[in-house]
Amino acid sequence: MNYNWNWKIFFEPNPMGTGTYLDMLLSGLALTIKTALLAWVIALAVGSIVGVLRTLPSRGAYWFGFCWVEFFRNMPLLVQLFLWFFVLPEMLPRAAGLWLKQLPNAPFWTAAIGVGLFMSARVAVQLQAGIGSLPRGQRMAATALGLTTVQGYRYVLLPMAFRIILPPLTSEFLNTIKNTAVAITIGLIELTGQARSMQEFSFQVFEAFTAATILYLLTNAIVVTAMRFLERYVAIPGYITGK
Amino acid sequence: MIEISHVNKWYSPTFQVLTDCTTSVTKGEVVVVCGPSGSGKSTLIKCVNALEPFQSGEITVDGTKVHDPKTDLPKLRSRVGMVFQHFELFPHLKIIDNLCLAQTKVLGRPLDKAKTKGMQLLERVGLKEQAEKFPAQLSGGQQQRVAIARALAMDPIVMLFDEPTSALDPEMVSEVLDVMVDLAREGMTMMVVTHEMGFARKVANRVIFMDRGEIVEDAQKDDFFGKPRSDRAQKFLSKILSH
Repeated sequence: MNYNWNWKIFFEPNPMGTGTYLDMLLSGLALTIKTALLAWVIALAVGSIVGVLRTLPSRGAYWFGFCWVEFFRNMPLLVQLFLWFFVLPEMLPRAAGLWLKQLPNAPFWTAAIGVGLFMSARVAVQLQAGIGSLPRGQRMAATALGLTTVQGYRYVLLPMAFRIILPPLTSEFLNTIKNTAVAITIGLIELTGQARSMQEFSFQVFEAFTAATILYLLTNAIVVTAMRFLERYVAIPGYITGK
Repeated sequence: MIEISHVNKWYSPTFQVLTDCTTSVTKGEVVVVCGPSGSGKSTLIKCVNALEPFQSGEITVDGTKVHDPKTDLPKLRSRVGMVFQHFELFPHLKIIDNLCLAQTKVLGRPLDKAKTKGMQLLERVGLKEQAEKFPAQLSGGQQQRVAIARALAMDPIVMLFDEPTSALDPEMVSEVLDVMVDLAREGMTMMVVTHEMGFARKVANRVIFMDRGEIVEDAQKDDFFGKPRSDRAQKFLSKILSH
């Protein structure tokens, strides 16, 4: 292989005039983190609501939750992003579609919301499993004390369910970060996107993607560590993984 | 205090769990419900505070109709204390917080008053020192005493016990029964599903014997233990009293 390694490339100025190639990658990382955080907030919020709906006695609520989950988890993420980015504006009335297309930062919002909704289906299923794993008597005890359904979830069921599903939720958070890379296809220049443009400008493909890999690994390592601390912080003395 | 009249409950069109159950508990009375497994005792007691729905018949508690859709069930339940077979303390809350949750959220008591009340009740069941521990750090007997204190914290007008000692190691049964005996002697209205015939002999006013979803015998304590009228009750008694 005739490849000209150049690890100093990162400190050379990039052709966009925005500093060095490293700066370029770091700005991509910042955008990845911003997109992932917003997507995760959406996934947690929507996923929690849908997950709770799937555990209510009401049939209507259950079916809504069922449809939501099956819609968002059974289509490839790539197709979903295309759907929101390219198809949705055409389906809307002309004025609304035009407004959508001209929205500033459209790739960012589409990616964050699209990845967020995709992940919400997975959060919902896990929360449903977490709530389902609690003894039936817990719900009864809350009810028997006079707590309303909302209070029962808020003070009794959800605090335990979320503790139980914390380890798999960590994985979902990591998946959210990694899934934002798909947004490169709708023009979001996040970390993977910046690595690709660095490769195109400098032809140093291995260096560019090595750096991107390391940045992804570091980010995820930080998330894993933070979640470990959180797990330990909320652990209940004497209970399963208690301290 | 509790009027149960002609209650029928089906789990499916062919599976009837309660058949034409009629009985009552007057103020200050202690009624023990016994019978073989699957006879519907637990189901009947759970119908009293509407933890289980029933299809026909009427139950009123202190003049409030349990089966009436207009009844404010959380409010009714907050006045009916319930103790479960598996304790059902909330594992993520400290003992004292288990006692305060419903006091503050359902009755709207200020936290300091709820805590004072909680500590008084913990002292009464002999567990004042455990207030800052978590449920998983307590023995079964201690947990069940906390569960009784939690129900009493709501100032209930009647207490329901659903096999409160069935999940306990033998040497812990008496510490729970002692608390219940004290409660009965203080004049608390109680409906108790239990196999503890010693408890029934000591404090019950009446004994109800159930079999296959029917109330087979509903008699004063002395009559029940002295000369049960039905064959089935006689057989049941001879089996559990013979050793």
